[in-house]
Order: sequence, then C-alpha cells, then structure tokens
Amino acid sequence: MPTRPLSPHLSVYRMSRYTLATSIANRFTGLALSLGLLLLVYWLMALAGGARSYARATHLLALPIAKLVYAALIVAFCYHLVAGFRHLVWDTGHGLERAQSQRSAWLVVAASLVLMLVIACRAWLTGAHAP
Amino acid sequence: MSLRSPLGRVLGFGSAHDGVRHWWLQRLTSIALVPLSVWFVVSLLALPSLGYATLVAWMSQSWTALLLILLVLSAAWHSQLGVRVVVEDYVHGPGARTLTLVLVGFAHVLLAAAGVFAVLKVAFGAPP
Repeated sequence: MPTRPLSPHLSVYRMSRYTLATSIANRFTGLALSLGLLLLVYWLMALAGGARSYARATHLLALPIAKLVYAALIVAFCYHLVAGFRHLVWDTGHGLERAQSQRSAWLVVAASLVLMLVIACRAWLTGAHAP
Repeated sequence: MSLRSPLGRVLGFGSAHDGVRHWWLQRLTSIALVPLSVWFVVSLLALPSLGYATLVAWMSQSWTALLLILLVLSAAWHSQLGVRVVVEDYVHGPGARTLTLVLVGFAHVLLAAAGVFAVLKVAFGAPP
C-alpha cells in the first residue's frame, strides 16, 4: 500500500460544511438503497415462490422493525433522487459557484423532505397496505 | 483549451485506465432510474393492497413486468457502480480491494438475475 496520502483525505476536511454533509448523505442513502435492492429482490423471489412462500416472507416483512426499514428507505430514496438531480445539473457545468451550491444544498434538503412527507402521508393513508 | 496530451487524447483512458466509462454509465443508469423508480413507488402506493393475489395480478400485466425488469437491471447496475466507488475509496490494499470488488460484482449479478427471474416467473404464471 502506498504511503502517499490517498483520497478521500477524511482527516483534512472541515466536517461541519454543507458540502461534506450533502455529499456523504448522498453516499449513505445510495448504500441504503443498495440494501433496499436486496430487499426488493427478496420480495420478488418470495412472490415467485407462490402464495405460501409469500405468506412466509410477509411474516418477516410485516415485523415492526421492518416498518423502520421502510421509513429509512423512503428517506434514502427521496434524498438520493433529489440529490441525483443536483449532480446531473453540476455535470452540465452549472451551479458550481459556492453560493449556488450552498443554495442548491438547502433546496435538495427541502425538496426531499417534501417528497418524504408526500410518500409517508400516502403510505399512512392507505395503511390497509399491510398484506 | 484541452489539458490532455495528444497521446492521452488518442488513448482516451486517463489515469483510471477506463476513460469516462464509469462516470457515463452512472449518469445513464441514474437517468433511467428516475422514471422507473418513481413509477415503482407510485404504483406500490396506488395498489389496493400488497396481498399475494393483487401483486400477482399486477405483475402479470406485460408493462408491469417489463418495467420491473428494467428497474431491477438499472438499479443493480447503478448500485454496482456506486458501491464500487465506495470500495475503491475505503478498502485499501490490492488484495482486499480486488476481492471485495469481485464479491460486490458477483452479488450484483446475482441480484439482477434473481430479480429478472422472479418477475418473469410471476408474469408467466407462478404456482398457485
């Protein structure tokens, strides 16, 4: 392993900055969604196994702790989706000035919060969703 | 003005030895995932229940099955690209890194294949 400093230099970043917070949140929500993909495929495989296999899986999927997982996945999905748009805009070369990216950081947080609320309300309203 | 040397421009691969392939695929899959993931979430919320019969009826529709397959494939691809960067950032040592990347790759291929298989099986008629 080389002894030269390797990126990312976690020890030299100013940890309180919005740039770091939004970036690391995007990474963490992405990783969470990778685990969500695992859950999605488990769910699909359970369905493919027939009614009995799905009933067995729903024992697990209807646990109270699973609700926490779904809530976390909704948060991760909303944030990663909105933050992804910010990255796509950056890729066109726009919005990279400090003031602009500071504004877009708040915009991402606000927009994803609104999206989370909309999804949570809808999921709450159709609470009969539990299989 | 380009800062790339003429040789670099011809080879086109840069220091990552991979050019912009990873970056470009990450963008392409992200753009594909916008409509697919939003469709999936909206569809789930719109379903009258998440019971077995409802879901099988839903997935037996051609468009549902098709979009689910595209969702699983692009999500697995995008996830693999993202997790790969995290591994490259935080797993040091060539042996450990390569091994982790291979495992991450296999896991994602498995997820993609299982997801597509499951959707097709339900769409073409799961056992009662």
